[in-house]
Amino acid sequence: MLSKSQARTFFLGGTVITFAIFLGLSWNSLSNAVPKQTHEENLTDQVVRGKHLWESNNCMGCHTIFGEGAYYAPELTKVIDRRGEPFVKAVLTSKAPWAPNGRKMVAYGFSENDADDLVAFFKWIGEVDLNGFPPEPDLKQ
Amino acid sequence: MKYKSQQVAYWFFALSMLLLALQIVYGFIMGFAHMGYDGLHDIFPFNTCRAVHTNLLVVWILSGFMGAAYYIIPEEAENELVNVKLAYIQLITLALVGVAAIIGYHFNYWEGRKFLEIPRPLDYLVVLNVLTFLGLILATLYKGKKRTTTSLVLTMGLVFAALLYLPGMIWFDNQTMDSFFRWWVVHLWVEGVWELIMGGILAFLLIKITGVDREVIEKWLYVIVGLTFISGILGTGHHYYYIGVDKTWLIVGGIFSALEPLAFLGMALFAVAMYRKGEKKHPNKTALNWTLGTAIVSFVGAGLLGLAHTLPQVNMYTHGTLVTAMHGHLAFWGAYGMIVFAIISYTMPNMTGRKLFNTNTGMLAFWLSNIGMLGMTVAFGVAGVAQVYLERKVGIEFGLVQKEIQVHFFILVCCATLFTSGITLYIYEFIKYGRPSNEALVD
Ligand code: HEM
Ligand code: HEM
Ligand SMILES: [Fe+2]
Repeated sequence: MLSKSQARTFFLGGTVITFAIFLGLSWNSLSNAVPKQTHEENLTDQVVRGKHLWESNNCMGCHTIFGEGAYYAPELTKVIDRRGEPFVKAVLTSKAPWAPNGRKMVAYGFSENDADDLVAFFKWIGEVDLNGFPPEPDLKQ
Repeated sequence: MKYKSQQVAYWFFALSMLLLALQIVYGFIMGFAHMGYDGLHDIFPFNTCRAVHTNLLVVWILSGFMGAAYYIIPEEAENELVNVKLAYIQLITLALVGVAAIIGYHFNYWEGRKFLEIPRPLDYLVVLNVLTFLGLILATLYKGKKRTTTSLVLTMGLVFAALLYLPGMIWFDNQTMDSFFRWWVVHLWVEGVWELIMGGILAFLLIKITGVDREVIEKWLYVIVGLTFISGILGTGHHYYYIGVDKTWLIVGGIFSALEPLAFLGMALFAVAMYRKGEKKHPNKTALNWTLGTAIVSFVGAGLLGLAHTLPQVNMYTHGTLVTAMHGHLAFWGAYGMIVFAIISYTMPNMTGRKLFNTNTGMLAFWLSNIGMLGMTVAFGVAGVAQVYLERKVGIEFGLVQKEIQVHFFILVCCATLFTSGITLYIYEFIKYGRPSNEALVD
């Protein structure tokens, strides 16, 4: 039968080995895959400002991006493809509450500049290679 | 209770119950908003409620873990806590930082990174607070007479949890990097080090309640936490499928995360086996219920419902939908909510000297909250599956789909009411126990 010290070796050994593999794979992803898949060369100051606005207003508290966030409002990874830039800018700058299908968004009333920054962020996000996400609706007629 | 300083635990549990009650209020606001009744939108917009709901959840559970440690470590180490006053200061500052963060969320003061919304300046205060806590625990353990496996596993979990908070505080310009390291906190907490904390508390409870030999229990504890790390560390890959990193993670994350339920299965089998092997003489049946309950419900909520959407082929469609919320609720409740309830139910009679073990209120609280939470899980699940089908398969627009599934949120709110009535009874009993008393000290 398994003894307590064997069980401890299983725990410690397993942890060290899997953690080492995890660090190796992470290193590989961050140094090789991320720059390519995210097109890091396009990560301009404007995009970074957009990311900052995205965070400081907690947009992720209602929406998802890369499928991460909340489930109250639409996925925004491909929003520029789906709606086009003028539509997105109109929503962001509007001072009147925007409530499609009766569900309200906070009326941020962003300035032109801020809205441009956010649009740049969305464009950059939309181009990241996400291994096929979001999926094409395959039952669409 | 053997050591007077164990009484500190009571106040951490009280804070925990208070924050849970508040968490539920914000949950209801969101449930109604999903149903179409967002009348509170101007004062409490959804993103505020969500940040408050999930952050209160994390803080009440951490407060419960801290209380558990303050109770368990002196008893296992056979030594009073080294500095009781500092423990109270730590409690009060924890509450203050928590309240400051929650108030900030109502005034657009936050960092919109899911689960890590606390702004950076407050993060440093959290770190300071946790260091104080760990200092007290480690010093007590160091000065104690014994260092048992149970106390070591519990402490290891707490120390790693603190360390893993740090990667979440690094600033990145690249959203993919940001997300990559956010999971080092969120995933490696709930599917890694928190399981050590849960395992440690569970082992302590089983030793006390079943009377089975410590050596046997602690041997299996090592096996369980071994399974946890072996599957859970590489299982982080199930969050890396679709965020802009290489496809290696589809394979590694898929395989290892599919093994994660084994640790939870281990926990369930372990608890049930020890109970059957034991003497069944311990009078505190309420604590026994919660102890077996947490082991079983965590297997269902985290293990089975996690497995349901962890393979990349499935996750491609369910990723970031209400299916995730279904799993999130039962997993958090079963694994971490219920383990906190178990340790509270076990310790209250020992700390206060009042033996309210087997009351009807206690039983009712257990069943109502669990049946309510199970119902909520089903409601989220049905809404989630319908959403996935209509939105991701058929391609109907988000907003129209949401209208279609509103009715499931009516069911959600009904079940949430059942859940809340169970929690109310539990808190009522908690209050009835009264304060800890020196007369409860035994040798
Ligand atoms: C007690 C343990 C667990 C807790 C508390 C928990 C909780 C959560 C939460 C809150 C999320 C949402 C995270 C976010 O989007 O930020 C999540 C996501 C996820 N969990 Fe768990 N979980 C646990 C265990 C597991 C296990 C054992 C598995 C797999 C077998 C699993 C599989 C998943 C998957 C695949 C996702 C991603 C869903 C998506 O793509 O949207 N979880 N979990
Ligand atoms: C009465 C009770 C509750 C109600 C009505 C409720 C409702 C909700 C709603 C509507 C959401 C947001 C979903 C979205 O983004 O659209 C949410 C998120 C969440 N709640 Fe609750 N909740 C309740 C209690 C709880 C409890 C007791 C727990 C934990 C033990 C919990 C854990 C969570 C978690 C982890 C999330 C984030 C899920 C994710 O991101 O996938 N909730 N809740
Ligand atoms: Fe995970």
